[in-house]
Amino acid sequence: MIPLLLILLPLAGATLAAIWPSDRMRPWFLPAIAAPHTVLAWVLMVHPPEVTDGEWFGFDAVARAVLPVVSLLFLICSAYGVPYLRVRGERPNRVFVSTLLAVIGLMSAGLMARHLGVLWIATEGVTLAAVPLLHFNRTPRAFEATWKYLLVGGTGIALSLLGSFCLGYASLQGNGSGDLTFHALAHQGATLSRPWLLIAWVLLLVGYGTKMGLAPMHTWKPDAYGEAPGLVGAILAGGVTTVAFVALLRVRSVLGAAGEGPMADLTLLCIGLFSVVVASLFLLGTRDFKRMLAYSSVEHMGILSVGAALGAPGIGAALFHVWTNSLTKGSLFLSAGNLRRSAGSASMDDVRGLARIAPRSTRLFVAGLFAVTACPPFGIFFSELRILRAAFDGGHTVVTAVFLLGLLFAFFGLARVVLGVAYGPPRSRAATPRVHFSETAGVILPSLLLLALSAWMGLYPPALLESLWSAAVAQLVALP
Amino acid sequence: MNASGLNLLIAVAMGLNLLALGSGRVSSLIRAVSFQGMALGAMPFLLSHEFSPWVTLVAVATIVGKGWVIPLLLGRAMRAANIERETDPLIGFVPSLLLGAGGTIAAVGLARILPLRPEHAGSLLVPGALASMLTGFILLIGRNKALSQVCGYLILENGIYLFGLLLIHTTPLLVEAGILLDVTVGVFVIGIIVDRIQRAFDTLDTRKLTVLRE
Repeated sequence: MIPLLLILLPLAGATLAAIWPSDRMRPWFLPAIAAPHTVLAWVLMVHPPEVTDGEWFGFDAVARAVLPVVSLLFLICSAYGVPYLRVRGERPNRVFVSTLLAVIGLMSAGLMARHLGVLWIATEGVTLAAVPLLHFNRTPRAFEATWKYLLVGGTGIALSLLGSFCLGYASLQGNGSGDLTFHALAHQGATLSRPWLLIAWVLLLVGYGTKMGLAPMHTWKPDAYGEAPGLVGAILAGGVTTVAFVALLRVRSVLGAAGEGPMADLTLLCIGLFSVVVASLFLLGTRDFKRMLAYSSVEHMGILSVGAALGAPGIGAALFHVWTNSLTKGSLFLSAGNLRRSAGSASMDDVRGLARIAPRSTRLFVAGLFAVTACPPFGIFFSELRILRAAFDGGHTVVTAVFLLGLLFAFFGLARVVLGVAYGPPRSRAATPRVHFSETAGVILPSLLLLALSAWMGLYPPALLESLWSAAVAQLVALP
Repeated sequence: MNASGLNLLIAVAMGLNLLALGSGRVSSLIRAVSFQGMALGAMPFLLSHEFSPWVTLVAVATIVGKGWVIPLLLGRAMRAANIERETDPLIGFVPSLLLGAGGTIAAVGLARILPLRPEHAGSLLVPGALASMLTGFILLIGRNKALSQVCGYLILENGIYLFGLLLIHTTPLLVEAGILLDVTVGVFVIGIIVDRIQRAFDTLDTRKLTVLRE
C-alpha cells in the first residue's frame, strides 16, 4: 500500500495546486511534494516492500532500480522551478505546476506498472500531461512543436496500445487467460502464439520507441525539447524516456521467456545503433544548443537500447546508464535554459560569447558537455564503458566499432555548438539586456548539484546501487 | 454473441471509413467520425452475454464521448476557424478512396491469413480494425488541415478500439475505462491545441507549421 503513495501523493498535490488561489505561492508546491516523494522512493529503495505476483502496481526490483533517480531528478528540477517561475512571474502558473506534479505521479505509475494495460494508461497520461508544459512559452514556435509532439507521440502511443492488445491476443491464442500482467505473460512463456507475439513486439517497439525518441521515430524530439522550458526538457529527457525504456525492458523479458529473446535483442541492437548514428550525424549539423541536447538525448536512448540488447551484463550497464544519463541531461537542460534566457536565443547564429554574458551557467554548460560526451570522471564514461565491455564480451566487434564512431562524431558535433556559443566576443539576440537575467543561486545550484551527482556516480558508485541493478536484471532475464 | 448484428455494425463503420476518405468537406468528415463512434460504442452491448452495469457504463460513455462530445468540439473549432473544405490535399480524394477500398479488401484477405481463435474467425472485427487503421493513416498523412488530421487520428483510434474488442472478455473493465478516458482527454487536449494554433498562426493549415526544421 505504501508504494502507491508514490503515485497518489503527487496526484493529490496536483489537485491541490490546481485549486490553490495564489500564483505567487503555488510554485512551492513543487518542492513540497517532490521532497517527500524522493524520501519515500529512497526509503523504499533501501527497504524494498513485498510484491505479490498479480498486483498491477508494485515497487518491484525493476522499479527499485530506476524510480529513485527519476524522483531525485524531479526534486532538483522542482527546486529550480521555484526561482524559474518567479522570473516568469508574468505568466499564470496554475496549469504548469499542477500538470508538472501530475507528470511525476504518472511517471511513478508507469515505472511501477506490472500490467500492460495500466502501463499504457500511465504512459499516455504522461504524454498528455506534458502538453501544457511544452507550450508554456506560448510562442507560435512552441505551438508548432506541441502539435508535432501530439501527432507523432499520439500515433506512437496508439501503436503501443495496439501492440498491447496483440500481446493479449497472443496469450488467448495460446490458450492462456489473456491476463496482461507481465508476470502472467512471462509465466505462459513458450505457449504464447508466435505470430501475434512478433506483431506485438514490433508495434510495442515502435510505440514505446517513439516515446523514448529512438530514430527514426525521434522527429518530435528536437522541436519539443527546443521549445520547452529547460526544466521541462530535463524531466522529459531524464524521466519520461526512462518510463518508455523500462516498458520496453519489461516487454522484452516476456519475449525472453517465450524463447524469442535473440530476435528481440537483434531488433533492439539495430534500432539502437541506428539511433546513435542518426543522432551523431544530426549533431554535426545542428546550430541550436537546445535542439542539440535533443539529438544528444536520441543518441543516449540509442545507447540504452544497445545495452538492453546485450543480455544480462548489457541490461545492468543500461540501468547504470539510465542513472548517469538522467543526472547529466538534467544538469545540461537546466544550464541551457539559463543561457537561453540570458541570450534571448538558442541559435549559434545569434549568440556568441556567453562566457561573458552568463559566466556561471556557461561554465556549467561546458562542464556538462564533457560529462555527456563521456569524459572521466563523470558517470557516463563508466556506464558507456560497461556497455562497450558487454558488447566486446558478446563478440560484437562491428557493433562496437560503429558505436564508438558514433560517439566520436557526437563529441565533435556537441563540442562545435557548445564551444561556439560559449566563447568569442559577446553577442546576443537581446540587443540591450532587456530584463537582465541574474544568475542567482536558485537557478545555478540545481544544475551544479546534478553535475556533481553525475561525477559522484562515476567516482564512487554506491555498492547498494550495484545490487539494485543486479536484482533488476535477475527479474528481467529470469526464466519462469 | 450476436454475431450478425455485430458484423452489420462493423460493416457500417467500414463504409464510414470510405465516406471519410472521399469527402472534401470537413463537416462531413466530422459527421462520419461521429457516426462511427456511435456504432463502436454500441458494440459492447452485442458482445456481452448478460446485462452488466459496468459494460453499460463504458458503452454509454463511448457513445456520448466519441459520438457526441468530441464531434461537437471539432465542429466548434471548425466554425471558429471558418474552414469548410479541405484544399488540395497531398493525397487526392479519389486516390485516397481507391487506396481505402483496396485496403479494405486487403484487410479482409489478411485477416484470413492471421491465426485467429475459432470464435473470431467469421467476425469482421479484425478486417474492420485493419481497414480503420489504414484509413486513419491515409488521413493523417494525406490531409493538410489540422482538423482533418485529428479526424484521421480518431479513426485510427477507432480501429484499435475494434481490435481491443477481441479481448473484451479478458481485459478488466477498469483498464478499458482508463484507456477510454485517456483517449477522450487526448482528443480534448488536441482540440485545445488546434484552437491555439488557429489563434497563433491564423490558419489551420499544417503546411504553414514549418519554422522548426533542421
